[in-house]
Amino acid sequence: MTLSSTNPPKSLFAVDARTRKRNAAEARFRLYGLIAVGIGVLALIVLLTSVLGNGLGAFRQTFLQLPIALDAAKLDPSGNRDGEAMKKVTTIGYGKVIQTALIAEISQRGIATEGVSAKDIFGLVSKEAPAQLRDQVLANPGLIGQTITFKGLANGRVDGFFKGRVSMESAALDSNISPAQLVLAQQMRDAGMISVSFNPAFIFGSDASELRPESAGLGVAILGSAYMMLIVLALALPIGVAASIYLEEFAPQNKWTDLIEVNISNLAAVPSIVFGILGLAVFINFMGLPQSAPIVGGLVLTLMTLPTIIISTRASLKSVPPSIRDAALGIGASKLQSIFHHVLPLAMPGILTGTIIGLAQALGETAPLLLIGMVAFVREYPGAPPDGFFEPASALPVQVYNFTQRADPAFVERASGAIIVLLVFLVVMNTIAIILRRRFERRW
Amino acid sequence: MKFVKLSVSVFAIAAVSATSAAARDNVQTAGSSTVLPYATIVAEAFGENFDFPTPVVESGGSGAGRKKLCEGVGENTIDIANSSSRIKQSDIDTCAANGVNEIMEVRIGYDGIVFASDINGPEYAFSPTDWYNALGARIVKDGALVANPNKTWADVNPAFGAQDLLAFIPGTKHGTREVFDEKVIIAGCEDSGAFDLLKAANGDDAKAAQKACMDLRTDGVSVDIDGDYTETLSRIDANKNAIGVFGLSFYQNNTDRLRVATMNGVVPSTETIAKGEYPVSRPLYFYVKKAHLGVIPGLKEYIEFFVSDDMAGPDGPLAAYGLVSDPDLAATQAMVAAETPMGPLN
Repeated sequence: MTLSSTNPPKSLFAVDARTRKRNAAEARFRLYGLIAVGIGVLALIVLLTSVLGNGLGAFRQTFLQLPIALDAAKLDPSGNRDGEAMKKVTTIGYGKVIQTALIAEISQRGIATEGVSAKDIFGLVSKEAPAQLRDQVLANPGLIGQTITFKGLANGRVDGFFKGRVSMESAALDSNISPAQLVLAQQMRDAGMISVSFNPAFIFGSDASELRPESAGLGVAILGSAYMMLIVLALALPIGVAASIYLEEFAPQNKWTDLIEVNISNLAAVPSIVFGILGLAVFINFMGLPQSAPIVGGLVLTLMTLPTIIISTRASLKSVPPSIRDAALGIGASKLQSIFHHVLPLAMPGILTGTIIGLAQALGETAPLLLIGMVAFVREYPGAPPDGFFEPASALPVQVYNFTQRADPAFVERASGAIIVLLVFLVVMNTIAIILRRRFERRW
Repeated sequence: MKFVKLSVSVFAIAAVSATSAAARDNVQTAGSSTVLPYATIVAEAFGENFDFPTPVVESGGSGAGRKKLCEGVGENTIDIANSSSRIKQSDIDTCAANGVNEIMEVRIGYDGIVFASDINGPEYAFSPTDWYNALGARIVKDGALVANPNKTWADVNPAFGAQDLLAFIPGTKHGTREVFDEKVIIAGCEDSGAFDLLKAANGDDAKAAQKACMDLRTDGVSVDIDGDYTETLSRIDANKNAIGVFGLSFYQNNTDRLRVATMNGVVPSTETIAKGEYPVSRPLYFYVKKAHLGVIPGLKEYIEFFVSDDMAGPDGPLAAYGLVSDPDLAATQAMVAAETPMGPLN
């Protein structure tokens, strides 16, 4: 029996059943892959459109512009332009000045105000505006007696109306604004008293209470996050690199180093809230560091970032070929010299990439900050470092969390705006990581 | 090597500060998320109008705030705990064990709890009995206790439409839940007659009967919300038939999306709560660590400002946000001025 009698000769181009089956499996697998990628891309698009759609409005804000006569009798009753005495006039007093000036300006421009009381007209102005005016006057007492052009925030609901968040129908049901007020606001916009423009205070200003969502900003949170990142960088990078160099280059291979190695890998997977509990117990209760301070947040995030940095540093040290070390040792360098002069510079791109990714991870972390008092309403900017490290501050992801918890619907927009700012920071950090890798990476 | 120097110096700074602890110049508060918006409004106005820095207001819940208050005396502990329920004897004992002996109890006003559903849904006029018959685990049917069989609001009370029963109530970690249990569920339990039957079943033990009243059904009709009211609101957006439990101030900020239900025929508002007509309300407090008065700059001024007529009075910003002003505010102001610590709980 010959072979050809059982297997008749076939053309290579005719596909047999088994090959067809294998090809079909490959095609199916490709399809699954495409579907997986598609789901990922779709999720990203949905996320980004929702965040951008909700949040871009936060960068623009409705402002009211009107001339205000700063009456000396009301704002400086003592009459000697003494800063301390002038502070006695509270924001309530300044509010009345704005109310008078606003009503005068509206009637002077001939805008009809039927059905809108004086209180309702003043309701178009943000509760922040009196504070803005007061700060302006206290900073420059010479303004008293003059008529200045004041540009202040409009109420959050008015802002929502011009951004399309508030409609006449919703205003009719809303206890905080009436359609008549919105009609008036529209007339004032037509007359040029109200304008919508870019609002730097959203990025640089401080947080605000629920009565004035329009003035809430991210300044304190950005500063707090920046301080924490500085602390993490200054502590985690040197400690992490030193630990990895020792473990990788000097440490003997024994049970102890194995144990340490396993523990470092485990630490990288510990939930971040655990580090918060540790921070509360050690840094606040035992060491007596202040609550809500970036120093504690920074220390906690350092602990969280260390394993990430150690693991990536060890990986990049390992990837430097032994021939480099051998060559250095061969021409008479000491072990320390071979590491610091040759191995470390070659491993640097990998170390920096790992560090930046660790930092980016730490930047987005909220859970450990919950326990050390940083999830809080903080309005004062922390001072310049190093003192500022010990003063209360907030953090960017914390601010997002805080905004989402507030009752006023205007905070939804601000939460998404804060997410955009956070995303920009993360994208910038990851871009730096990629650039560093591209520029300095060497392939062996 | 630069890195090493830098890290050593940062560590040194940390160590120095740990021993000398740079004096804190801001007031630090923590606690109830219901009191949080009021506290932030006061803190903001305080920072604006006084020479002291704006106080830091942390959230985290009433119980957590009181626990933090009782951690001890010193600058790295908080000064004030905001609380939507009254302090407990266990808290006072913890405080005493940690050297926090004198606490001032400041009642800032009252807060209403409202029942609201989607703005386009039907109207409801509830009584506590309706709520007990809707959510209670065992209800009275034909004079006997049975496992709750009700599926729709029409089963509960023929006056309602046949919408499916679904309620979002605050989780047990919230102070609001205590009030809901006490003023709605237990009241409804007693009104519907279930209380007497439960009492008989528990061998005439009134306490055990109250506990049995608070057993809610576990078949998915009553959903605990552990997050904030914003979460309840978004759940209602997704489930148009559901009814949620909110704070009055939250409802007042979202009147364009929510329809509020009456309780015993009374519409919740700051007026009806102040008059005592609307039954579901509770006092809000904050607790001050007296040992910190005179040590933390601005603490006394902050609490005086909080209870001043400008803030907590009937025309103040807190009332505008939804706080029901306390008719006995003058007594509270006098108590704060005299720095009287609270007596034993009665």
